[in-house]
Amino acid sequence: MPEVLTLAARDGQATGPEADPSSPLALRGLTVSYGEKPALFSVDATFPAGAMSAIIGPNGAGKSTLLKASLGLIPRVSGQVTVFGQPLAAARDRIAYVPQRASVDWDFPTTVIDVVLMGRYRKLGLFGRVSRAERALATEALARVGMDAFAGRQIGQLSGGQQQRVFLARALAQEADLYLLDEPFAGVDAATERAIIDLLKELKAQGKSVIAVHHDLSTVTAYFDHVFLVNVRAMAEGPVDTTFTPSALAETYGGRLAATQLADLALTVG
Amino acid sequence: MGVEFVQFSLTPILIGVLAAVACALPGNFLILRRQALIGDAISHVVLPGIVVAFLITGTVAAIPMLLGAGAAALVAVVLIEAIRRLGGIEPGAAMGVVFTALFAGGVLLLEQSDTSGVHLDVEHALMGNLETLIWLRAEGWSSLIDPVALAGLPPELPRMGFVAGSIAVLTWVFWRPLKLSTFDEGFAQAIGLPVSAIGLGLVVTAAVAAVAAFDAVGSIIVIAMFICPPAAARLMTDSLSAQVWWSVFFAILSAIAGYVLAGYGPIWLGFSNSVSAAGMIATISGAILGLACLFGPRRARVGVSAGA
Amino acid sequence: MEAFLDALTLQAGYNAALVAIGAALLGFAAGTAGSFLFLRKRALVSDAVAHATLPGVGIAFLIMVALGGEGRSLIGLLLGSALSAWIGLLLVEWIAHRTRLAEDAAIGAVLSVFFGFGVVLLTVIQTLDRGRQAGLEDFLLGSTAGMLLQDAQIIAIGGALVVAAIWVLRRPMTLVSFDAGYAAAMGVDTRRVDLAMMGLVMAVTVIGLKLVGLILIVALLIIPAVTARFWTNRVERVLWAAGAIGGVSGYVGAALSASAPDLPTGPIIVLIAAALFALSLLLAPARGVLAASLAHRRFQRRVHRRQGLLALVRGEPIHDPLTLRILRAEGLIRADGVATDKGRAHAAKIARDERRWDIARRVHQDTSLTGRYDGLTPIEDVFTADQIADFDARLGPPQPVGF
Repeated sequence: MPEVLTLAARDGQATGPEADPSSPLALRGLTVSYGEKPALFSVDATFPAGAMSAIIGPNGAGKSTLLKASLGLIPRVSGQVTVFGQPLAAARDRIAYVPQRASVDWDFPTTVIDVVLMGRYRKLGLFGRVSRAERALATEALARVGMDAFAGRQIGQLSGGQQQRVFLARALAQEADLYLLDEPFAGVDAATERAIIDLLKELKAQGKSVIAVHHDLSTVTAYFDHVFLVNVRAMAEGPVDTTFTPSALAETYGGRLAATQLADLALTVG
Repeated sequence: MGVEFVQFSLTPILIGVLAAVACALPGNFLILRRQALIGDAISHVVLPGIVVAFLITGTVAAIPMLLGAGAAALVAVVLIEAIRRLGGIEPGAAMGVVFTALFAGGVLLLEQSDTSGVHLDVEHALMGNLETLIWLRAEGWSSLIDPVALAGLPPELPRMGFVAGSIAVLTWVFWRPLKLSTFDEGFAQAIGLPVSAIGLGLVVTAAVAAVAAFDAVGSIIVIAMFICPPAAARLMTDSLSAQVWWSVFFAILSAIAGYVLAGYGPIWLGFSNSVSAAGMIATISGAILGLACLFGPRRARVGVSAGA
Repeated sequence: MEAFLDALTLQAGYNAALVAIGAALLGFAAGTAGSFLFLRKRALVSDAVAHATLPGVGIAFLIMVALGGEGRSLIGLLLGSALSAWIGLLLVEWIAHRTRLAEDAAIGAVLSVFFGFGVVLLTVIQTLDRGRQAGLEDFLLGSTAGMLLQDAQIIAIGGALVVAAIWVLRRPMTLVSFDAGYAAAMGVDTRRVDLAMMGLVMAVTVIGLKLVGLILIVALLIIPAVTARFWTNRVERVLWAAGAIGGVSGYVGAALSASAPDLPTGPIIVLIAAALFALSLLLAPARGVLAASLAHRRFQRRVHRRQGLLALVRGEPIHDPLTLRILRAEGLIRADGVATDKGRAHAAKIARDERRWDIARRVHQDTSLTGRYDGLTPIEDVFTADQIADFDARLGPPQPVGF
């Protein structure tokens, strides 16, 4: 990237748009399109380290797209992604990913513990033996989500909430520093939601960074430290207290957030 | 089970078994990936492949035929992928366009070349000639350790053996990435697995199996071997490794029972002629699948009420 | 060439003319019925239906022989093939609905097992005294020699009947293939329409057996539909365009085949359809590969240009090499990356539009904005000149853009 360096040097602009190397995930000018319509346009974002961040926006605003493009799962028209100041490929070991529950076939012939062990693939490789230590690690990950009793269960027999916990256990088994979750609370029971949020807060306490696509505006202030509002373009970014305001939400959601909802939110946000 | 069996039945049965296993192994993953019909597409383009090989080389020798069939399979895979991506066409329709068009080209070329004197047998390409892969030089079971007799083995046997063995090894080596990327492609990609390469590798492996098997069992019956044993196995168990073992078992069972029934069934019924072994193998594999659909312990979709 | 023109103008004999008309009708019916399958994303069901005809042909032959007949009656053979195709179709549905197997596996299993069983029956028939002359191989690849008058009549009449049936069913058919849920809400019995369409697919298959063979009839059900899809986004037009493509392929193919000895009907018809497909894939105006790749390049340039100008507005350095290249090529920045006067002018317009959008989004928090603020849609496309003038009036003094 010599071009960037010379440009920055000549204009004397060392600050601003340069990716902050301490940020677990920084996006610069990220544009993604499905066909001729941008799903995301020139999005800049700098997620803070050691915090819980929510990606918020209306349906079709590109929330999941943002996560997937950050992970290189879908091609981007333009833009850069840096993970802890490194290009994505160099930082894969530090990322754990929890896809949407509905993105896989739960009728697949495998067991809960096998799914969790998939999180160890980068360590195990093609032939690495699943040692007692590896198995213990996977079991512990299951225990942390309260699913250790289900280790041998076929995954099709799980409820929605249990499926989500298994996916989370797989992410834990990755022993990563950054956790990317796509709608982790969608369609799960209240107990699971509680368990997941406790676990995510525990991760934060250990200094890990958590970024989740989140739908439920009423829980944002309770769950998250940092929000990123998006509707094709980046709308606002910052600490929950100062950024998650009724006016920012109104701008992000346009006409899609009813006035009554906004009034309710105004109460919760304060 | 004497000399005659070794001469006339042993090698066709072995070739049938190896072909069935070679196809069933990748078939397990194709079914889980909802790509079962890629086997259908690949096997239909075998015919144009061998016709072109014949037109180029002028011979009906095995190696050019296999190379031609393999090349046609690759061309088909590339075309399907290109039409799917460039044209935004759903995979089933893209397959349908490609394999029928190539097949039509093959038939046309064949009709045009018929005048050249050498007769290329469409029926064998479509239906196989398992019965003719006999071991005339065998003089009994002792021939299995007789180098002279072994040299007279039909070349299809070592060839099919090599292909089946290679596919078994590949399945074992790439077991983890195959399983992972089949279950959760997004996650596999996120942890850096080359999911496109894995998908392509699987399809190419299936193509190799189809091409190697076609001259034994015919290009259409190969489809039964890709789909029926793994599909039946899918209804027996909830573990992928157990499913693969079941599919191998069903493949072997279909091949042996199919061959024996084709050869001896009509005689038991008082007729003098045998029927197509490859056809009977497909029929038996279908019967096994039918039984699995009715009685397989894991036949129902999990999480969805039956009939929904 | 002359022979081809004769055949095209139906001057090549009564049989050939009948076959050409029959092939055109059949192609039309196949195109429309196939579009229905294609729009319902079930194109390859036709593959199962087609292969499943083979055992029916064999069994019908055996029964006719057992009853003392010759076994060559086309009607009898076609009835048998229709019956076994129907059984195959029901089995596909049964497996896909009653077990955990997906439809593709069900299709593959049915087509290969039925075909395999059909091959077993063919070997049985070949051992019969009368079996050798049965001509059943024609059902695999279509009739290669000339056709009997009776066969040609069956194809022509059958084709006409199927086209008539499609005409009767055109309304519910377009409704269901456009949006099955909506059709059901309108009171259309989608299951019956589906079944009727499957019946038509089966009829097309059976009538086409003698002409193009069971393997290639699939092509007539799939290729015209996929081809038509490149030319239009509207359901009715897809149906009728596919019918036209199928009809033309059938007619021209049959004529071409009648004009020379070495040109078997089935493959020629399919190859003509495939050629139309290839042309459409490459050249169709909106959805063709050429148009789409040009459009994508244009789109990519627009995105990069716009992002580059936004960076100039904000005084940020530009990272992306493609952005730099595009801005340089348009003379918006100098080789060393500093904005030219022209670049500054463009950036100023974009800065103004961004400020207008800021105001617009604050003023219009309604659905008219939904999805339009995507960085590329010009503000003039969304708001009237009066509204924009209003935004300009509210614009305060110049302010830094961005967060």
